[in-house]
Amino acid sequence: MTAHAQTMSAPPSTAPDAVSDRLRKRASRHVKERVIEFILFTAASISVLTTIAIVYILVSESLTLFEHVSLWDFLTDTQWTPLFDDAHYGIMVLLSGTLTSSFVALAVALPLGTIIAIYLSEFASFKTREIAKPILELLGGVPTIIYGYFALMVVTPALQYLFPELPGFSLLSAGLVMGIMIIPYVSSLSEDAMRAVPMSLREGSYAMGATRLQTALRTVVPAATSGIASAYILGISRAVGETMILAVAAGMQPNLTFNPAEPGATITSYIVQVALGDLPHGSIGYQTIFAAGLTLMLMTLGFNLLGYYLRKRFREVY
Amino acid sequence: MNQQDIQAIRAIIARHKRWDMLFGLLGLLALMVGVLTLTVLFADMAIKGAARIDYDFLTNFPSRRAGSAGILSAWVGTILVMLVTAFSAVPLGVAAGIYLEEYAPKNWVTDIIEINVTNLAGVPSIVYGLLALGLFVYKFGFGQSILSAGLTLGLLILPVVIVATRESIRAIPQMVREGAYACGATTWQTVRDHIVPYSSAGILTGVIIGMARAIGETAPIITIGALTFIAFLPPAPVTDVFPFINFEWLTAPFTVMPIQMFNWTSRPEAAFQVNAAAAGFILVFMTLAMNGVAIWLRYRLRRNIKW
Repeated sequence: MTAHAQTMSAPPSTAPDAVSDRLRKRASRHVKERVIEFILFTAASISVLTTIAIVYILVSESLTLFEHVSLWDFLTDTQWTPLFDDAHYGIMVLLSGTLTSSFVALAVALPLGTIIAIYLSEFASFKTREIAKPILELLGGVPTIIYGYFALMVVTPALQYLFPELPGFSLLSAGLVMGIMIIPYVSSLSEDAMRAVPMSLREGSYAMGATRLQTALRTVVPAATSGIASAYILGISRAVGETMILAVAAGMQPNLTFNPAEPGATITSYIVQVALGDLPHGSIGYQTIFAAGLTLMLMTLGFNLLGYYLRKRFREVY
Repeated sequence: MNQQDIQAIRAIIARHKRWDMLFGLLGLLALMVGVLTLTVLFADMAIKGAARIDYDFLTNFPSRRAGSAGILSAWVGTILVMLVTAFSAVPLGVAAGIYLEEYAPKNWVTDIIEINVTNLAGVPSIVYGLLALGLFVYKFGFGQSILSAGLTLGLLILPVVIVATRESIRAIPQMVREGAYACGATTWQTVRDHIVPYSSAGILTGVIIGMARAIGETAPIITIGALTFIAFLPPAPVTDVFPFINFEWLTAPFTVMPIQMFNWTSRPEAAFQVNAAAAGFILVFMTLAMNGVAIWLRYRLRRNIKW
């Protein structure tokens, strides 16, 4: 009886042991998993830390500037001469350069980018698309300093040939080249949005006797509005934040103008100009570049939020 | 239906077909603007700079005389900065991508991280330069060094690496994970033995595109105050005495290719413009080659992998 009981109870106690060395749930395995997950989480939160650091650095350095300069002067003064004895801090001057050059760039990039997107998504054969998309991608991969050189050495002389009174540095030639640089950003996102429109909508349109162009303009583009809008917004933020093309080809004199045929400084090229000089840490000139950067950051943040809103508001779900 | 109506309808059809064709031409024309720009840009720099590209140009330091100036310190600086960038952005970016795809619970913390990654991709590069100037150069005291520049560019391309990692992980079918879990693997074992190897080609594509972007970035490096006239090399990373590896180069002042080019471009003398064209040609060749490799990799990947 006791022997029998022993044999009965033996298997439950020995059977797990036979395999336990390799398969038993080990606490260490659990801890290791947790540690790894924590390490990966830390890596992911770097992005949040970066944003916090950007905002902290820009705001804290700008605040010390606003101890010397009133916010009202900063927004309304019509001169920007922070490094002169007679210092003025009117951000409007730099803003006008940024807006003018961005306007020229967008006047090039938005129409061309949209046409290319419609063409690639609705008209082009598979083969054309396979060739064209990598080329556009390469166009977006060219360093901006190269575009700056191109604007200064090729586009400006070409424009001067047409308009002899154009100065050697101008917002126009920088803006035109910037527009070409932005085309790939606009076209690839817009094309993605158009290709996401379901085939059944196109088939419906074709069945009603519409041509390709009619289908593209009246069915596909309206259905892809939210995607196209966010492509435009991305293009705008690129134009506003572009630096080297303007620093090289637009000249760096602060100039309150909305005439693209004049030279001018933008927010970004001012930062480069100051950084090229040897400015002591903590001086007023040093603080102005952070105030300029904060203005730039707020502008792009505004556009990004607008893009987010447009995506939510006009999103079509199929 | 009488003859006249049929003719009117045919006219309408012909007119619309004509518009179709016109738009097709317009599309090709718009594409040509891009292609033409790329060609002219490449050809212009090749023609102007070809005379200067030789062995001496690669092995000389910058000089006040345009004819004997070279890009030695610039390309060495670029390689060292890229080393720091790769060592910071790749592990962080891949880890973050893995976390967001394989581990992250659906809650507000994850949402915040995701919104931040998207938002950082849209921040202008010069703002990263300001961040680096305030944080790395002065708060952390790294100075205007290779370390500061490499970390700045690392942060800049972090979103690119994260997005590429996530996309290639997302392309792996769920059944691979289920198979691994069914065999008793833990999450980390699944990730290490299956997810990472299968997505590595896609991640590599993203890393190459990110690095190509970092090589050409000028604005953030100017902002942290990289010097433009450097007639010496940073201390060599590898030495012949124990322990053979030397980290002094991390804190050395430096210059990089795009800055050297910017410096030459902004000089009035025509001879320096020729140097700028030569440096630009090498730079654009490097970035286009890297982008080309990435595009080719992606093309092969799309053709070969069928789950």
